[in-house]
Amino acid sequence: MNQENRIPMTPVWGHEDNSRIPYWAYTQEEVYKKELEKFFYEKHWCYVGLEAEIPEPGDFKRTAIGERSVIMVRGEEGEIYVVENRCAHRGMRFCREKHGKTKSFTCPYHQWNYTLEGELQGVPFRRGVKQDGQVRGGMPKDFKPSEHGLNKLRVAERGGVVFASFDHEIESLEDFLGPTILKYFDRMFNGRKLKILGYNKQRIPGNWKLMQENIKDPYHAGLLHTWFVTFGLWRADNRSELRMDDHFRHAAMVSTRGDGSKNADTTNISSFKESMKLHDPSFLDIEDEDWWGGPTAVMMTLFPNLVLQQNVNSVTTRHIQPTGIDSFDFVWTHFGFDDDTPEMTERRLRQANLFGPAGFVSADDGEVIEFSHEGIEQNDREQALAVLGGRTVEEADHMVSEACIRGMYDYWRKVMGV
Amino acid sequence: MNAENYLKLVQFYQDYAAAVDQEDWDAWLNMFTDDAKYKVQSRENYDRDLPMAVLNMYSKNMLKDRVYGMTETIFHEPYHQCHVVASPRVISASGGEIEAQANYSVFRTKTDGIAEVYNVGRYIDRIQVTDQGFKLASRLCVFDNEMVLNSMIYPI
Ligand code: FES
Ligand SMILES: [Fe+2]
Repeated sequence: MNQENRIPMTPVWGHEDNSRIPYWAYTQEEVYKKELEKFFYEKHWCYVGLEAEIPEPGDFKRTAIGERSVIMVRGEEGEIYVVENRCAHRGMRFCREKHGKTKSFTCPYHQWNYTLEGELQGVPFRRGVKQDGQVRGGMPKDFKPSEHGLNKLRVAERGGVVFASFDHEIESLEDFLGPTILKYFDRMFNGRKLKILGYNKQRIPGNWKLMQENIKDPYHAGLLHTWFVTFGLWRADNRSELRMDDHFRHAAMVSTRGDGSKNADTTNISSFKESMKLHDPSFLDIEDEDWWGGPTAVMMTLFPNLVLQQNVNSVTTRHIQPTGIDSFDFVWTHFGFDDDTPEMTERRLRQANLFGPAGFVSADDGEVIEFSHEGIEQNDREQALAVLGGRTVEEADHMVSEACIRGMYDYWRKVMGV
Repeated sequence: MNAENYLKLVQFYQDYAAAVDQEDWDAWLNMFTDDAKYKVQSRENYDRDLPMAVLNMYSKNMLKDRVYGMTETIFHEPYHQCHVVASPRVISASGGEIEAQANYSVFRTKTDGIAEVYNVGRYIDRIQVTDQGFKLASRLCVFDNEMVLNSMIYPI
């Protein structure tokens, strides 16, 4: 490789606006390290789980923020704590169960014991051993357990959804989301108790931002996904809106489904299958719910690590957990609401066949992300094009726009300083 | 169950594996009853009694729609599957119904790739003995993998 073709040590954006995204943003190890620091470990509320996953005192769930393992746990008084899964002694990732119930946390290595809140409460042989009438060893006299607790995260909870931040200097969750996104958040989590239906997990070999982009990209949804197009669930001619917060870091794609009929627009869509009929129509046995207030689908991306899905009766959180620059785990938590009838629960479970790693309209999202990453790695001096609907960042009342992707990179550049 | 019937059952398990590996979807559909349940579920959900599954089908018609989806509508990298299915363990056999389980390993080979361990788990089955031979009234595939390797297109 000659000198000019090298990627500069400090990558430059190289384009006047955000309608081009340089591929080094997905391939440079230093960029990824900095993203983890700036987005996952500083100044951002990251999703950790749902309150309903840990209903009782002592219930815990192990999860991740960025590449760091954390534990979400319910304390004796019902309050929620999030602590880092790293022993304060010599660093062991002590919690190995994915979930469970406990009175305290003990690191097996030297059996340091912590309260649910993360305070160090037990250190074996702290005062040494008595031998021949003498005390030998032990911790120094000035050792203060209070200074050696687990790393405690700040916690914010709203509507049953739990977020945490390593950074204690952080705006409120409400300010972080901003009023526009908060409105859609509260629509989905309006105070009703949630009922956990279970998990789907997939490991996707691609850069984590590609998933954020995928859910900020209404363009593909009405083209790639035959099911959406054919049954009118998500289509360019549906009534729809693209909404963002003031920083353009979060977004909501809002859509109201049409009748799925053939018209002038479907002739543009090769994936529209006029003759497609279901042998078992119960896949699409949809019942309108009051809380929708109109839209039949709202897909929210909360930066950096969460997607919130309502698509007809299927509701999920999707948790992005990067495992390197070219791979992330995508953890879906399907839920319903406590007042759901058994029929509604069945309906949500049946419609779940549309989503997740095998979903009629989601399996291919994982595939296209994998192959996008492959193409990007092929030559990271090139750049992606995002000019659909303009070159600036603006909300829209249609879905033929890549404005939310431009918006995300507008914010990304500010924080990354590029 | 006598030895002859057990051998027939072993053959049925191997026929299933062959149908899926050879992408003979008509033969695959034919191995289910009309109101069959077919589910591919992570061990985590199964052990915790959570109903969510990767695939959750309640009828042969749903399976037909799945076949249409995976052959006509879902974009994906082409791949081959190779199922290695252990001898079934019969739990009960009475009247016209057999309850049996079998461990399986599925290797996936993508177009440009080499085989990788894709999904490992256990079939938990209810099988009806009919005039046309054995039919699955319910097949639950409980897999040990914590993650699906990106996507799951074909049935297990
Ligand atoms: S590393 Fe945890 S107690 Fe020593
Ligand atoms: Fe999609």
